[in-house]
Amino acid sequence: MSGYLEGVLVLLAINIVYAYAAFLPIAAGQLNLGIAGFAVIGGYFSAFVSNQLAVSPLLAIPLGGAVAGLVGLAVAVPVLRTRGIYLALATFALGEMVRAGILNLEVVGGAAGYPVTAFIRLPTIALFTLGVVGLVWLLFSTRFGIAITAVHDDERVADLMGLNVRAFQVAAFTMGSAIAGIGGGLYAHHFSYIEAQYFSISLSISIVLYVLFGGTQSVLGPLLGATVFTLLPELLRGSAQWRYVIFAAILIVVMVVRPQGLVTGTQIRRLLGLRSEFDRKEQAT
Amino acid sequence: MLGSIYAIVGVALTLSIGVLKFLNFSIPGLFMIGGMTTWVLIRHGAPWPIAALSALAVGAAASLVVERFTWRWMRTAQEFVPLVSSMAFLILFENLAVAFWGSELQSVPQLFGTSDWRIANLVISIPQLVGLLCSVAMIWGLSAFLTRTRLGRGLRTIAEDSNTALLLGVDVNRIVPLVFVISGLFAALAGVLFALNYRQVHPFMGEALGLKGISAMVVGGMGNIWGAIVGGLIIGLAEAFSIRYFGADFVDISVYGLLLLILIVRPTGLFGDARTGARA
Repeated sequence: MSGYLEGVLVLLAINIVYAYAAFLPIAAGQLNLGIAGFAVIGGYFSAFVSNQLAVSPLLAIPLGGAVAGLVGLAVAVPVLRTRGIYLALATFALGEMVRAGILNLEVVGGAAGYPVTAFIRLPTIALFTLGVVGLVWLLFSTRFGIAITAVHDDERVADLMGLNVRAFQVAAFTMGSAIAGIGGGLYAHHFSYIEAQYFSISLSISIVLYVLFGGTQSVLGPLLGATVFTLLPELLRGSAQWRYVIFAAILIVVMVVRPQGLVTGTQIRRLLGLRSEFDRKEQAT
Repeated sequence: MLGSIYAIVGVALTLSIGVLKFLNFSIPGLFMIGGMTTWVLIRHGAPWPIAALSALAVGAAASLVVERFTWRWMRTAQEFVPLVSSMAFLILFENLAVAFWGSELQSVPQLFGTSDWRIANLVISIPQLVGLLCSVAMIWGLSAFLTRTRLGRGLRTIAEDSNTALLLGVDVNRIVPLVFVISGLFAALAGVLFALNYRQVHPFMGEALGLKGISAMVVGGMGNIWGAIVGGLIIGLAEAFSIRYFGADFVDISVYGLLLLILIVRPTGLFGDARTGARA
């Protein structure tokens, strides 16, 4: 496997992890614009642990994820008292603050970045990615997934049905933050180097775009979105400076033509020939 | 002075979120368009008032294009969709600018000589003063338009509830583009002021400023125009003070820390309306 191909695949795997980090809160009707912030927490924490305590990356990375999840929990509980866009803005503020904080933290190298001694290759990263995708998929085939979808579709009705709406939103958000932390840990340990500047708001925004582009209604959406977003700019490399222009134009057009994202649950069931009672009724009306 | 630019960008954002419940991410792009257009025209020898006016016109026109793709054709879509499209427009505008003019930092020529005005120890630069007066006049005009005119009333009805507004005979399809034009004008104005005062433009100049504009809007309370202005000044002051007392490295920590604190303690912002908070 050539170095270029491995590089692209590693990026793809990490982007898929990020996409699921953004997917979980979005599936519960909340927008996290601070994915990069949580990734940077997970990345630096796991790098610090594996550097200083000589812990294996296999342990350090989930640990970084756990720390990012805890921070997510600490933010989600107070901010989720309100609704709508406020959580998105708070996560955005948190992400930028974390980044600025780490730039001034000399113990992890400050603005110069932080070298990481341990190194992991594509197979390990792919394994982690599979784990994350599998976990989210499992989660969404349980009652939890149904509850999250209900909260997303109509908070009031979900509340009337006896679901603890806020608890589900906090849970989805916290898990998303933890997954983002894992993504950051993978990044740090593959590239042997982590710097806070890379984890900017632009990264957070593009991650959210993966999910909204791929579709927020099914677990396959983020996978597809992250794949298209990682590979399309690579394929458009031929046209150098115009590639992001073409890319943005494609995005705008797709949003006009297919605002619900590329794949939806109903569509997949239709393709597989599995029609639920609900779909049939919907078609009858 | 930077505070007043944040305030103007904040006004553009707050108008969009107050009326349309839509965080318009293309506004930082429009800010950049305002600044870059000013630079391009001045470089080609246009006098600065013409460059500034054309930049405003280009900003408003670009905002109308954004309206088509994020609002007109998307009214039935999910709430996140306009947000995505407006982010895509930001990427589009930035990279178009890179494709045409390269990604380097460009400097706008000094236009006003040494036009500083000294009162005792206070140094006031004339272009800054003129910029400040211009923006106060425009914001005052906007405020009067919203409260006094028939169109302004229609606009505020849409802000309350767009379906009811439609039922009451408000021409939503005519007023919504107007909101985009106004916010495009304000974003471009901020860009022009930035270009003329700081004499530097580049394709990605909108990002950092747009983020500060969002902070200004939230600190003041979303949907509240005067709140955005006070918020912009607070953010500007917070920056200046943290540079003075903690050093330049801590600017972002203190600005975004302030934003996070306000969101946790008083999510509707300093002057926010509790109802907007519940419905936004």
